[in-house]
Amino acid sequence: MTTTTAPVLEVTGVTKRFPGTVALDDVSFTLRRGEVHALVGENGAGKSTLIKVLTGVYRPDEGQVHHLGEPVQFRRPIDAQRAGISTIYQEVNLVPLMSVASNVFLGREPRTRTGLVDWSTMNAQARELLSGYGIDTDVRRPLHTLAVGAQQMVALARSVSTKAGVVVMDEPTSSLEPREVDTLFEVLARLHAQDISVIYVSHRMDELYRVCDSVTVLRDGKVVHSGPLKPLPRIELVSMMLGREIRQIRQEGVTAFGEEHQTGGEPLLQAENLTGGRKLREVSVTVRPGEVVGLAGLLGSGRSETARALIGAFPLESGTIMLAGKPLKRGRIAAAMRSGVALLAEDRKSEGIIPNLSVRENIVLAALPSLSTFGFVNRAKQDRVVQTFMARLRIKAASPEQKVSELSGGNQQKVLLARWLATGPKVLLLDEPTRGIDVGAKAEVQALIDELAQEGLGVLLISSELEELLDGADRVVVLRDGAVADELTGEAVTEDNVLAAIAAGGDDDDDRDAEST
Amino acid sequence: MTTATLRAPDRARVTSWLQNYGVYLAVVVLLLFNVIFTENFLSVANFRTQLVQAAPVCIVALGMALVIGTEGIDLSVGSVMSIAAALVPLYLGAGPLTAVIVAVIAGVVSGLFSGFLVAQLGIQPIIATLALLVGGRGLALVIAHGQLVQLHNADFLALGTGDLLGIPIMVLVAAVLAVLAGLLVRRTTFGRHLVAVGGNRPAATLAGLPVKRVLIGVYVISGALAAIAGVLATARLSASDAGETGLLMELSAITAVVVGGTPLTGGRVRVLGTVFGALLMQLVHATLIKHNLPDSAAQMVQAAIIVGAVYVARERSTR
Amino acid sequence: MTATTAAPPTERGASLAGVLQRQGAAVVLVLGVLASWFAFPHFGSADNLRSLVLQGSFLAVIALGMTFVIISGGIDLSVGSVYALGGVLGAYGSRYGLIVAILLPLVVCGLIGLINGLLIARTRMAPFIVTLASLLFARGLLLALTSEGSTTYKVEAGSAFLWLGQGTIFGVGVPVYLALILFGLGGVLLRRTRFGQSVFAIGGSEQSALLMGLPVVRTKITLYTLSGTLAGLAGVLTAAYLQSGVTVLGVGTELDAISVVVIGGTLLTGGAGTIIGTLVGVLLKTLIQNVINQVGTLDSNYQTVVSGAFLLVVVVIQRLLARSRRS
Repeated sequence: MTTTTAPVLEVTGVTKRFPGTVALDDVSFTLRRGEVHALVGENGAGKSTLIKVLTGVYRPDEGQVHHLGEPVQFRRPIDAQRAGISTIYQEVNLVPLMSVASNVFLGREPRTRTGLVDWSTMNAQARELLSGYGIDTDVRRPLHTLAVGAQQMVALARSVSTKAGVVVMDEPTSSLEPREVDTLFEVLARLHAQDISVIYVSHRMDELYRVCDSVTVLRDGKVVHSGPLKPLPRIELVSMMLGREIRQIRQEGVTAFGEEHQTGGEPLLQAENLTGGRKLREVSVTVRPGEVVGLAGLLGSGRSETARALIGAFPLESGTIMLAGKPLKRGRIAAAMRSGVALLAEDRKSEGIIPNLSVRENIVLAALPSLSTFGFVNRAKQDRVVQTFMARLRIKAASPEQKVSELSGGNQQKVLLARWLATGPKVLLLDEPTRGIDVGAKAEVQALIDELAQEGLGVLLISSELEELLDGADRVVVLRDGAVADELTGEAVTEDNVLAAIAAGGDDDDDRDAEST
Repeated sequence: MTTATLRAPDRARVTSWLQNYGVYLAVVVLLLFNVIFTENFLSVANFRTQLVQAAPVCIVALGMALVIGTEGIDLSVGSVMSIAAALVPLYLGAGPLTAVIVAVIAGVVSGLFSGFLVAQLGIQPIIATLALLVGGRGLALVIAHGQLVQLHNADFLALGTGDLLGIPIMVLVAAVLAVLAGLLVRRTTFGRHLVAVGGNRPAATLAGLPVKRVLIGVYVISGALAAIAGVLATARLSASDAGETGLLMELSAITAVVVGGTPLTGGRVRVLGTVFGALLMQLVHATLIKHNLPDSAAQMVQAAIIVGAVYVARERSTR
Repeated sequence: MTATTAAPPTERGASLAGVLQRQGAAVVLVLGVLASWFAFPHFGSADNLRSLVLQGSFLAVIALGMTFVIISGGIDLSVGSVYALGGVLGAYGSRYGLIVAILLPLVVCGLIGLINGLLIARTRMAPFIVTLASLLFARGLLLALTSEGSTTYKVEAGSAFLWLGQGTIFGVGVPVYLALILFGLGGVLLRRTRFGQSVFAIGGSEQSALLMGLPVVRTKITLYTLSGTLAGLAGVLTAAYLQSGVTVLGVGTELDAISVVVIGGTLLTGGAGTIIGTLVGVLLKTLIQNVINQVGTLDSNYQTVVSGAFLLVVVVIQRLLARSRRS
């Protein structure tokens, strides 16, 4: 480890606020020359905000960024790139329709003496450069004809060849085949030899321990740990990401969840062997009336995909979904809703609220057919429903006619909950229902989930917060890499068991390597 | 820096106010200006003329507003008008009602066609409707054999020149359609779905809304309204002129919608604003003409108004 | 990785295969020409072929600029009006000499394009609405210059200016040569310069282009200026050809230009396209026009119907291909 050398990048006391939330709260972070530094944390922990500060997308409200000892203020992404900080995004930021070589050299194409682009030199250079990244392809092919992993490698080759001193990789392996992952790690080793520093964002424990020298853990916008990775036990790292400390603090207060629910009877929702792409592999979940089933796992483990598959919004290759004993047609959202399934989507802003519309209209949206006569909306019925739910969920709005985009995150979330409750569902799929909302609203939502289960609804609860699952769920299904890793019931639902199931995987990994070679 | 941050909210409020009420303000200001400075402006005859002239644009713009509400655009409206105009003389023999129905059916069919391309195949609205804009007028001219046909059916011509209760039938039709459009947007599930689809398509899909049906629906309505406008324009002209009817109508309709405060980014439909947008453009035109400013100036002013209206809308949407 | 497919033997071979693959229109064009040759006795005559290419050359010049704009993911609806304005200005300027006759329209039309570009690139307004406004503006300016369209400026007989439109070299009209030269230059600009690469990148992914540090704003401004200038030039050539600045010219020409570009295989969504494809598109459109004239009994209005239908077929095929590629 090169702990003695000067930091390449140093962040001190950076705070970044957005309306309603503090995305980064006094964050400090040091990147040394030639190290691979893991940046971990669940969604909303502040990882992406921190990366955006480092790469010039956002400017911090407070704090300083030092690059090679000099204070810097990047105004735009290109400023950061010119300074030698490149980012490889999950969504490859290249031009898919242009050739591989063009993508490597865009903006700095080799030119002939007449000033024209010298294609043959460019193609030859691109070929040579890329072969060092394990890509032996016709560089004249459009980029999109390459596999996503190869595209990522092209992006990496481009940044390194632009003399980047720091490369930020945002979940680089999420779309790679095992063999491509190996190539990537070889490249990482080479970067290390060239004294290039890497910020490595990933949720895959195996990878982190394989390639990273040090780690910084973010949670709720704060740094909860920063230091060398190797001496840190896996389970401790996971528990830091998921917030065990918070749980300990709250031990007296606990969450707003009550005791276990009276569950029983025939399964309400029974999904078997859901398989779709690489994201879901033979996932089976059962929800009984009055039961809260937790879905645990790290980001990208297939949690959201499972919920989306159940409502018909994620394409499945195989698998069956039964609702109250009747099969559901796959891929038909409206049909699933009519049968009594409702999904509170993870991304409130882009998949939940309709920002232009009022609170009332957002609440009644999904239930409109039942609130209208001959296609005309029945305002009286609507108002009754809206009043009921606004009172029951304690939605704080100036009036039902206020624009939903003007409400706080917690109230927006309650509006969305009201939208789904208004459809009279039998099964509620809740994807991160308490993320990014304030403590008060969080407790209210948790209490509501409890209440709904007591009324006989089946609830599937996805949460990144461990204590929410431990306290709220009667049963926890743990997902890892798109498959069910474990299912815990009753007494077995403990923190250690869940963490162990999430963090496990040494043997599994060997299997994968064996398969690929 | 500090002054900018201090003034930013004020500026935002002003832009937002302008976007919401600018069109009404402009109409009032222009009316006042004309009352004071234009001779013979305050006459019943003049108001009738203004309203009658604004009616076809207004009708087409209503449909356009719905399409724009879903984040789409319908460039085919002018050609649909000309198809309607071309069909009228062919079926007038069977009575005016038949002729009107046939024309409207043609509008519905072309709307179904655009809607299918947009909703089912996922082709960008601007391109899907461009093809119909190119081919539609040609089709109309083929139907009409490139001829202008004089019409003599008195019942039919009454649509363009007649009165009902002292109000020109054209104006009445436009008013009724505007009220219907307002009801559709505000009071029907379809209308609410439409706004939701335009406001946040993924959310609408996840809420189980019939997104494709809504999309096809708005293009059908737009096509039908354009056909009605084509019929009325034909009746007013007392001739079927497939070559000229509805020429550049897509521009006028989009202008009326945009000036009326409906954002091009969808999620919002302002029916009354659209009506006033059409009236405003007509008033601008009339004012310039009455003050002996030529057509050319009117066009350049219209261009400036479009850019200004979109600029204001842009400020709001990027915030 | 399956990346190592059998690479075509040579660079030239690769691009030829690529062109053929993308240029369904070229195949249709060749077949169309062959069929017309046999079907219509007059079609193959030198006179007819000469007039065919001459007819196509005016639209070709406009479509060249449109190709750049569309590849960048934009659209320029103002070209029809600007084209007419260029013609009027050219005819008007011809009385002050050849230089004025050429420069006046190019500068004015270039300025309109520049304003388009500035508004689109700097304020991020939608290209279609900005150029829609300038369509009206240019038409208004034209009417203002011609006393509401009632004045038609004539080019004096014997003026050197006329040679631009009416002159011939080896029996083929000067506009044809000009169009070919411009297409050659356009091809080099698009394929062999950093500017051209930026155009593709902006159309392919503006976000990526920005992140890669490409001069997005400058490129866009240049594009629309280029499009306006070329439309003006087409107007100049037309004025020289018709010996006057015809005021009613160019209504709907923007649609013709867009259709030939799309028919030529350029994606309306941006990011891909070729100059040669546009040339094929222009020829195909001119051929359709010519054939409909040859048939004689056919209503000439079928021309736009066929154009519209053709445009539609091309767009649908593009869309279906894109879909299958994604899945």
